[in-house]
Amino acid sequence: MTRNAKACIAGIYEHPTRLADDKTLPQLHAEIALGALRDAGLEKKDVDGYFCDATVPGLGSLSMAEYLGLDLRHTDTTETGGSSYVIHLGHAMEAIAAGKCSVALITLAGRPRASGVRMLGPSIYSSESPELGFEAPYRPALVSLYAMAARRHMHEFGTTSEQLAWVKVAASHHAQHNPNARLRDVVTVEDVLASPMIADPLHRLDCCVITDGGGALIVVSPEIARSLGDRCVNVLGHGEALKHQRGGEIDLMHTSAIRSGRIAFEEAGLTPDDMDYASIYDSFTITVILTLEDLGFCAKGEGGRFVEDGNLISGIGMLPFDTDGGGLCNNHPGNRGGMTKVIEAVRQLRGEAHPKVQVPGCSLALAHGTGGNIAVRMSSSTAILGRMDA
Amino acid sequence: MTYRRPIPLDPPVNFETEPFWRFAEEGRLMLKRCGSCRKTHYYPRGHCPFCLSDDTEWHEAQGTGEVYSFSVMRRTDIPYAIAFVTLSEGITMMSHIVDCPFEAIAIGMPVRLVFVTSEGGQAVPVFRPDNG
Repeated sequence: MTRNAKACIAGIYEHPTRLADDKTLPQLHAEIALGALRDAGLEKKDVDGYFCDATVPGLGSLSMAEYLGLDLRHTDTTETGGSSYVIHLGHAMEAIAAGKCSVALITLAGRPRASGVRMLGPSIYSSESPELGFEAPYRPALVSLYAMAARRHMHEFGTTSEQLAWVKVAASHHAQHNPNARLRDVVTVEDVLASPMIADPLHRLDCCVITDGGGALIVVSPEIARSLGDRCVNVLGHGEALKHQRGGEIDLMHTSAIRSGRIAFEEAGLTPDDMDYASIYDSFTITVILTLEDLGFCAKGEGGRFVEDGNLISGIGMLPFDTDGGGLCNNHPGNRGGMTKVIEAVRQLRGEAHPKVQVPGCSLALAHGTGGNIAVRMSSSTAILGRMDA
Repeated sequence: MTYRRPIPLDPPVNFETEPFWRFAEEGRLMLKRCGSCRKTHYYPRGHCPFCLSDDTEWHEAQGTGEVYSFSVMRRTDIPYAIAFVTLSEGITMMSHIVDCPFEAIAIGMPVRLVFVTSEGGQAVPVFRPDNG
């Protein structure tokens, strides 16, 4: 069957670098923009919409628009952390459907490694953030807050460190085939448990990598997609949602993926069972377990059992996930994993993933982004993608 | 092992939150309650996050609660136990667990309010085991 889509992904590019100590941030944006345009078979002059986060140099998108020499009639600088690029994808789809632009460029670039970042501390974005005085004194490192979600999940549902480790094991099985991956060694559950404890119950190997680099997407109207050939991928559904501490009604067992996923599946007219492949945001192993539950791939509390025994490994398990190696092993450019989630889903749908991890006949896929911090303030965005003939 | 870790970071204080920190100096943990919808919220703010009314008033927490979740940060100079504590008033707040071995901390453990001093001398609310 052929499904109706409001927009299509025509170009993708993931920068091969994982340490950009010889390039500026604008240079990285330019390299990935060029890469995605070449992949799409389009030129810079075709771009009339530009989407980026708040980490780009300059005021909003203005400096990058000038640096890249873009001639724009639409821009969107939505900033929700690591989910931003999945949200940008949805916003580009809506803008294209509304006739505000026809070729949208989305870029992400970052160089935390070159800047010497070794572990992420409290995310303090503004001295006027209202929560600052009630959190910063307690030194809430990113990993500490995810660790508290993991601890609570263990308490409520009996989830084990071994089950968390299976997420990393699956990512490493995929990363061994990715020559650009930051970590290419296959690891075992025992390896994860033997790695140093960072913030219990999370070990070092429960955490994603810190890498430089980035990625880009080109999103186009269905009319343009038809002229570009069958490598384009339909955007069939999209959802986004925010969650926070609700005045002290804290609940670490659910993420905003519950809402973003439901909205996206409803728009696509599809269910989790229809997905051949899933890119799941994997900042930490617990992030994947909570997200799989909230998206409906398994019941709440069943995430630990769901990921056991290689169930996320392509060719072995029921739900192949993050076949590029994910943020846990491959790439987490600029500490933001949403872009690479969309890129690998598109590779799978095109049949261009590495042959060792390609899902045979992959025609429907999900890409999910998580931003901020699941324990305090977070964002979720879910995209349902399909082959043109799906 | 008994420990009480200093708080290295001074909380930023502004005119919206100044009373909270002034009461903390007196050993009192203050919450905000909405005069319109009557719900209690945390962190305290001028407008109720449930109904957006600006009719909010300070009231003192009992200072008791239980551990909702916790984690011991190991990759640092002096490890510390960060936690979410659910107060007897029903709301949950970020804090630290002090005055006990890390191994003794558990979800559901009853805790009681104490204050530690930040480097700049500000009293900051944390919790210790409540042994009745």
